[in-house]
Amino acid sequence: MEVVQLQGRLIEFTSSLFREGFLDDQYTQLQQLQDESNPDFVVEVVSLFFEDSERLLNDLTTTLGQQIVDFKKIDAHVHQLKGSSASIGAQRVKNVCVAFRNFCEEGNREGCLTCLQQVKHEYYLVKNKLETLFKLEQQILQAGGSIPLM
Amino acid sequence: MAIVADSQYHVLAVDDSLMDRKLIERLLKTSSYQVTTVDSVSKALEFLGLLDGQQHEIDVNLIITDYCMPGMTGYDLLKKIKESSSLKDIPVVIMSSENVPSRINRCLEEGADEFFLKPVRLSDMKKLRPHILKGKSKEQQQQEEQQQQQQQQQPLLNTCSNGTLLNTCSNGNKRKATDEGLSPERRRPRFSTSHSLL
Repeated sequence: MEVVQLQGRLIEFTSSLFREGFLDDQYTQLQQLQDESNPDFVVEVVSLFFEDSERLLNDLTTTLGQQIVDFKKIDAHVHQLKGSSASIGAQRVKNVCVAFRNFCEEGNREGCLTCLQQVKHEYYLVKNKLETLFKLEQQILQAGGSIPLM
Repeated sequence: MAIVADSQYHVLAVDDSLMDRKLIERLLKTSSYQVTTVDSVSKALEFLGLLDGQQHEIDVNLIITDYCMPGMTGYDLLKKIKESSSLKDIPVVIMSSENVPSRINRCLEEGADEFFLKPVRLSDMKKLRPHILKGKSKEQQQQEEQQQQQQQQQPLLNTCSNGTLLNTCSNGNKRKATDEGLSPERRRPRFSTSHSLL
Protein backbone atom coordinates (compact mmCIF):
# COMPACT_ATOMS: atom_id res chain seq x y z
CA MET A 1 0.00 0.00 0.00
CA GLU A 2 1.20 3.50 -0.79
CA VAL A 3 2.54 5.75 1.94
CA VAL A 4 -0.14 8.37 1.34
CA GLN A 5 -2.89 5.79 1.69
CA LEU A 6 -1.35 4.43 4.87
CA GLN A 7 -1.03 7.90 6.32
CA GLY A 8 -4.68 8.59 5.47
CA ARG A 9 -5.68 5.40 7.21
CA LEU A 10 -3.69 6.33 10.29
CA ILE A 11 -5.28 9.76 10.52
CA GLU A 12 -8.76 8.26 10.11
CA PHE A 13 -8.11 5.62 12.70
CA THR A 14 -6.56 7.93 15.26
CA SER A 15 -9.42 10.42 14.89
CA SER A 16 -11.94 7.68 15.53
CA LEU A 17 -10.15 6.65 18.73
CA PHE A 18 -10.47 10.17 20.07
CA ARG A 19 -14.03 10.55 18.80
CA GLU A 20 -15.15 7.31 20.41
CA GLY A 21 -13.53 8.19 23.73
CA PHE A 22 -10.89 5.47 23.75
CA LEU A 23 -8.18 8.10 23.99
CA ASP A 24 -8.17 11.60 25.42
CA ASP A 25 -5.88 14.61 25.36
CA GLN A 26 -3.29 12.96 27.58
CA TYR A 27 -2.37 10.67 24.66
CA THR A 28 -1.65 13.80 22.61
CA GLN A 29 0.59 15.01 25.45
CA LEU A 30 2.60 11.80 25.13
CA GLN A 31 2.95 12.29 21.39
CA GLN A 32 4.29 15.79 22.00
CA LEU A 33 6.99 14.35 24.23
CA GLN A 34 8.23 12.10 21.44
CA ASP A 35 10.93 13.41 19.10
CA GLU A 36 13.99 12.33 17.09
CA SER A 37 15.99 11.81 20.27
CA ASN A 38 13.17 9.76 21.83
CA PRO A 39 11.43 8.20 18.81
CA ASP A 40 9.86 5.31 20.75
CA PHE A 41 8.64 7.18 23.77
CA VAL A 42 4.92 6.58 23.23
CA VAL A 43 5.34 2.87 22.52
CA GLU A 44 7.57 2.50 25.59
CA VAL A 45 5.12 4.18 27.93
CA VAL A 46 2.16 2.32 26.48
CA SER A 47 4.05 -0.98 26.85
CA LEU A 48 4.56 -0.22 30.52
CA PHE A 49 0.83 0.49 30.75
CA PHE A 50 0.07 -2.93 29.22
CA GLU A 51 2.39 -4.69 31.69
CA ASP A 52 1.07 -2.79 34.71
CA SER A 53 -2.56 -3.30 33.74
CA GLU A 54 -2.35 -7.01 33.11
CA ARG A 55 -0.66 -7.54 36.43
CA LEU A 56 -3.32 -5.45 38.20
CA LEU A 57 -6.19 -7.21 36.43
CA ASN A 58 -4.80 -10.57 37.54
CA ASP A 59 -4.45 -9.34 41.11
CA LEU A 60 -7.99 -7.97 41.04
CA THR A 61 -9.39 -11.25 39.76
CA THR A 62 -7.61 -13.16 42.53
CA THR A 63 -8.59 -10.75 45.30
CA LEU A 64 -12.24 -10.59 44.25
CA GLY A 65 -12.29 -14.36 44.08
CA GLN A 66 -11.50 -14.72 47.79
CA GLN A 67 -14.11 -15.92 50.28
CA ILE A 68 -13.73 -12.72 52.29
CA VAL A 69 -13.12 -9.78 49.99
CA ASP A 70 -10.45 -7.27 51.02
CA PHE A 71 -12.00 -4.09 49.64
CA LYS A 72 -9.07 -1.94 50.73
CA LYS A 73 -6.71 -4.04 48.66
CA ILE A 74 -9.07 -3.90 45.68
CA ASP A 75 -9.31 -0.14 46.00
CA ALA A 76 -5.53 0.16 46.06
CA HIS A 77 -5.24 -1.88 42.85
CA VAL A 78 -7.99 0.08 41.12
CA HIS A 79 -6.38 3.33 42.24
CA GLN A 80 -3.18 2.25 40.49
CA LEU A 81 -5.02 1.18 37.37
CA LYS A 82 -6.90 4.47 37.28
CA GLY A 83 -3.61 6.35 37.59
CA SER A 84 -1.81 4.54 34.82
CA SER A 85 -4.77 4.63 32.42
CA ALA A 86 -5.08 8.36 33.06
CA SER A 87 -1.36 8.78 32.38
CA ILE A 88 -1.64 7.46 28.84
CA GLY A 89 -5.07 8.88 28.09
CA ALA A 90 -6.99 5.59 28.13
CA GLN A 91 -10.20 7.41 28.97
CA ARG A 92 -12.72 4.58 28.96
CA VAL A 93 -10.59 2.41 31.21
CA LYS A 94 -10.14 5.32 33.58
CA ASN A 95 -13.88 5.98 33.72
CA VAL A 96 -14.68 2.40 34.67
CA CYS A 97 -12.08 2.67 37.43
CA VAL A 98 -13.93 5.65 38.90
CA ALA A 99 -17.16 3.62 39.15
CA PHE A 100 -15.18 0.64 40.44
CA ARG A 101 -13.75 2.67 43.34
CA ASN A 102 -17.23 3.78 44.35
CA PHE A 103 -18.33 0.16 44.66
CA CYS A 104 -15.21 -0.57 46.72
CA GLU A 105 -16.10 2.19 49.12
CA GLU A 106 -19.57 0.72 49.51
CA GLY A 107 -18.14 -2.74 49.98
CA ASN A 108 -20.38 -3.85 47.14
CA ARG A 109 -19.02 -7.17 45.87
CA GLU A 110 -21.47 -7.57 43.00
CA GLY A 111 -20.81 -4.05 41.82
CA CYS A 112 -17.08 -4.73 41.96
CA LEU A 113 -17.40 -7.94 39.97
CA THR A 114 -19.38 -6.14 37.28
CA CYS A 115 -16.80 -3.37 37.13
CA LEU A 116 -13.97 -5.88 36.88
CA GLN A 117 -15.64 -7.41 33.85
CA GLN A 118 -16.17 -3.98 32.33
CA VAL A 119 -12.64 -2.79 32.96
CA LYS A 120 -11.19 -5.95 31.42
CA HIS A 121 -13.40 -5.43 28.39
CA GLU A 122 -12.34 -1.80 28.00
CA TYR A 123 -8.70 -2.61 28.60
CA TYR A 124 -8.53 -5.29 25.90
CA LEU A 125 -10.40 -3.03 23.50
CA VAL A 126 -7.96 -0.13 23.93
CA LYS A 127 -5.00 -2.50 23.86
CA ASN A 128 -6.18 -3.85 20.54
CA LYS A 129 -6.75 -0.35 19.16
CA LEU A 130 -3.30 0.87 20.23
CA GLU A 131 -1.56 -2.19 18.80
CA THR A 132 -3.33 -1.56 15.50
CA LEU A 133 -2.25 2.08 15.64
CA PHE A 134 1.39 1.17 16.29
CA LYS A 135 1.33 -1.38 13.44
CA LEU A 136 0.06 1.28 11.05
CA GLU A 137 2.84 3.63 12.15
CA GLN A 138 5.42 0.90 11.58
CA GLN A 139 4.07 0.22 8.11
CA ILE A 140 4.34 3.90 7.19
CA LEU A 141 7.92 4.09 8.49
CA GLN A 142 8.91 0.92 6.66
CA ALA A 143 7.43 2.28 3.44
CA GLY A 144 9.74 5.25 3.87
CA GLY A 145 7.09 7.69 5.01
CA SER A 146 6.78 9.80 8.15
CA ILE A 147 4.09 9.78 10.81
CA PRO A 148 1.67 12.65 10.18
CA LEU A 149 1.36 15.09 13.09
CA MET A 150 -2.23 15.43 14.23
CA MET B 1 21.60 38.26 39.47
CA ALA B 2 23.24 36.17 36.74
CA ILE B 3 20.86 34.46 34.34
CA VAL B 4 21.75 30.78 34.17
CA ALA B 5 20.62 28.24 31.57
CA ASP B 6 18.02 25.71 32.71
CA SER B 7 20.36 22.85 31.83
CA GLN B 8 22.27 23.75 34.98
CA TYR B 9 19.29 22.98 37.16
CA HIS B 10 18.98 19.55 38.67
CA VAL B 11 15.64 18.07 39.66
CA LEU B 12 15.13 15.00 41.84
CA ALA B 13 11.90 13.13 41.02
CA VAL B 14 10.40 10.58 43.41
CA ASP B 15 7.65 8.16 42.32
CA ASP B 16 7.07 4.45 42.93
CA SER B 17 5.40 3.94 39.52
CA LEU B 18 7.81 3.16 36.69
CA MET B 19 5.39 4.64 34.16
CA ASP B 20 5.13 7.90 36.07
CA ARG B 21 8.90 8.09 36.56
CA LYS B 22 9.37 7.70 32.83
CA LEU B 23 6.81 10.41 32.16
CA ILE B 24 8.12 12.95 34.65
CA GLU B 25 11.69 12.34 33.50
CA ARG B 26 10.72 13.04 29.90
CA LEU B 27 8.70 16.12 30.88
CA LEU B 28 11.63 17.52 32.88
CA LYS B 29 14.26 16.72 30.26
CA THR B 30 12.11 18.30 27.55
CA SER B 31 12.15 21.40 29.74
CA SER B 32 15.98 21.19 29.82
CA TYR B 33 16.45 20.08 33.40
CA GLN B 34 18.97 17.52 34.55
CA VAL B 35 17.00 14.70 36.17
CA THR B 36 17.56 12.02 38.78
CA THR B 37 14.66 9.65 39.48
CA VAL B 38 14.23 7.37 42.50
CA ASP B 39 11.42 4.98 43.34
CA SER B 40 11.00 5.57 47.05
CA VAL B 41 11.32 8.17 49.78
CA SER B 42 14.10 6.20 51.47
CA LYS B 43 16.13 6.22 48.24
CA ALA B 44 15.49 9.96 47.98
CA LEU B 45 16.73 10.50 51.54
CA GLU B 46 19.78 8.42 50.76
CA PHE B 47 20.49 10.46 47.64
CA LEU B 48 20.06 13.70 49.55
CA GLY B 49 22.49 12.53 52.19
CA LEU B 50 19.94 12.59 55.01
CA LEU B 51 20.40 8.97 56.07
CA ASP B 52 24.00 8.92 57.25
CA GLY B 53 23.94 12.16 59.20
CA GLN B 54 26.91 13.54 57.29
CA GLN B 55 27.19 16.72 55.30
CA HIS B 56 27.00 16.10 51.56
CA GLU B 57 27.58 18.28 48.54
CA ILE B 58 24.17 17.82 47.00
CA ASP B 59 23.27 20.02 44.10
CA VAL B 60 19.52 19.62 43.77
CA ASN B 61 17.49 22.66 42.78
CA LEU B 62 14.01 21.18 43.11
CA ILE B 63 12.38 18.02 44.41
CA ILE B 64 9.18 16.74 42.82
CA THR B 65 7.49 13.85 44.56
CA ASP B 66 4.39 11.69 44.34
CA TYR B 67 2.19 11.87 47.43
CA CYS B 68 0.89 8.28 47.63
CA MET B 69 3.70 5.79 47.94
CA PRO B 70 4.09 2.56 49.90
CA GLY B 71 6.21 3.05 53.01
CA MET B 72 7.01 6.73 53.51
CA THR B 73 4.79 9.15 51.61
CA GLY B 74 5.65 12.33 49.74
CA TYR B 75 4.36 14.23 52.74
CA ASP B 76 6.89 12.43 54.99
CA LEU B 77 9.65 13.36 52.56
CA LEU B 78 8.50 16.97 52.57
CA LYS B 79 8.66 17.09 56.36
CA LYS B 80 12.17 15.58 56.46
CA ILE B 81 13.40 18.13 53.95
CA LYS B 82 11.92 21.07 55.82
CA GLU B 83 13.44 19.77 59.07
CA SER B 84 16.92 19.67 57.54
CA SER B 85 18.95 22.85 57.90
CA SER B 86 20.91 22.08 54.75
CA LEU B 87 17.95 21.15 52.56
CA LYS B 88 15.02 23.21 53.80
CA ASP B 89 15.40 25.89 51.16
CA ILE B 90 15.11 23.44 48.26
CA PRO B 91 11.67 23.92 46.68
CA VAL B 92 9.39 20.86 46.90
CA VAL B 93 6.50 20.05 44.55
CA ILE B 94 3.93 17.38 45.43
CA MET B 95 2.08 15.36 42.77
CA SER B 96 -1.09 13.40 43.30
CA SER B 97 -3.71 11.70 41.16
CA GLU B 98 -6.33 12.65 43.74
CA ASN B 99 -7.77 16.09 44.19
CA VAL B 100 -8.21 16.16 47.97
CA PRO B 101 -8.28 19.76 49.26
CA SER B 102 -7.33 18.81 52.83
CA ARG B 103 -4.31 16.92 51.50
CA ILE B 104 -3.28 19.83 49.29
CA ASN B 105 -3.58 22.28 52.17
CA ARG B 106 -1.63 20.05 54.53
CA CYS B 107 1.24 19.92 52.05
CA LEU B 108 1.23 23.64 51.38
CA GLU B 109 1.15 24.34 55.12
CA GLU B 110 4.13 22.06 55.62
CA GLY B 111 6.05 24.16 53.09
CA ALA B 112 5.41 22.58 49.68
CA ASP B 113 5.81 25.17 46.97
CA GLU B 114 3.35 23.71 44.50
CA PHE B 115 0.86 20.91 44.06
CA PHE B 116 0.39 19.17 40.70
CA LEU B 117 -2.60 17.03 39.85
CA LYS B 118 -1.62 13.94 37.85
CA PRO B 119 -1.22 13.31 35.02
CA VAL B 120 1.36 16.06 34.95
CA ARG B 121 1.45 17.99 31.69
CA LEU B 122 4.01 20.00 29.74
CA SER B 123 2.27 23.22 30.75
CA ASP B 124 2.97 22.38 34.42
CA MET B 125 6.72 22.50 33.78
CA LYS B 126 6.63 26.27 33.38
CA LYS B 127 5.49 26.58 37.00
CA LEU B 128 8.76 25.09 38.27
CA ARG B 129 11.19 27.78 37.20
CA PRO B 130 10.04 30.57 39.58
CA HIS B 131 10.43 28.21 42.55
CA ILE B 132 13.90 27.14 41.43
CA LEU B 133 14.98 30.76 40.99
CA LYS B 134 13.62 31.65 44.41
CA GLY B 135 15.53 28.72 45.89
CA LYS B 136 18.69 29.83 44.10
CA SER B 137 18.44 33.36 45.43
CA LYS B 138 17.93 32.03 48.97
CA GLU B 139 21.05 29.90 48.45
CA GLN B 140 22.99 32.94 47.24
CA GLN B 141 21.76 34.97 50.19
CA GLN B 142 22.93 32.25 52.56
CA GLN B 143 26.33 32.13 50.88
CA GLU B 144 26.67 35.91 51.02
CA GLU B 145 25.77 35.88 54.70
CA GLN B 146 28.37 33.18 55.35
CA GLN B 147 31.00 35.20 53.48
CA GLN B 148 30.10 38.29 55.47
CA GLN B 149 30.46 36.34 58.70
CA GLN B 150 33.89 35.11 57.63
CA GLN B 151 34.99 38.64 56.78
CA GLN B 152 33.70 39.92 60.10
CA GLN B 153 35.77 37.30 61.90
CA GLN B 154 39.02 38.77 60.52
CA PRO B 155 39.21 41.73 62.91
CA LEU B 156 38.59 39.22 65.70
CA LEU B 157 41.87 37.52 64.73
CA ASN B 158 43.66 40.68 65.76
CA THR B 159 42.12 40.51 69.16
CA CYS B 160 42.58 36.80 69.78
CA SER B 161 45.81 37.49 71.53
CA ASN B 162 43.70 39.33 74.05
CA GLY B 163 42.79 36.66 76.58
CA THR B 164 39.19 37.79 77.07
CA LEU B 165 38.22 37.18 73.43
CA LEU B 166 39.92 33.82 72.90
CA ASN B 167 36.66 32.00 73.62
CA THR B 168 34.94 33.53 70.63
CA CYS B 169 37.47 32.23 68.14
CA SER B 170 37.21 28.70 66.79
CA ASN B 171 40.33 26.56 66.89
CA GLY B 172 40.70 27.08 63.17
CA ASN B 173 40.87 30.81 63.60
CA LYS B 174 43.35 30.54 66.37
CA ARG B 175 45.62 28.49 64.15
CA LYS B 176 45.25 31.06 61.44
CA ALA B 177 46.12 33.85 63.79
CA THR B 178 49.47 32.27 64.61
CA ASP B 179 50.27 30.91 61.11
CA GLU B 180 49.39 33.76 58.86
CA GLY B 181 50.04 36.71 61.01
CA LEU B 182 47.41 39.26 61.73
CA SER B 183 47.46 41.33 58.59
CA PRO B 184 44.42 40.72 56.34
CA GLU B 185 46.49 41.87 53.32
CA ARG B 186 48.81 38.89 53.55
CA ARG B 187 45.90 36.44 53.09
CA ARG B 188 44.85 37.58 49.63
CA PRO B 189 47.99 36.65 47.70
CA ARG B 190 47.88 33.21 49.37
CA PHE B 191 44.48 32.39 47.96
CA SER B 192 45.12 33.65 44.48
CA THR B 193 48.35 31.74 43.86
CA SER B 194 48.02 27.97 43.75
CA HIS B 195 51.54 27.00 44.76
CA SER B 196 51.13 28.42 48.23
CA LEU B 197 48.54 25.75 48.98
CA LEU B 198 51.01 22.91 48.49
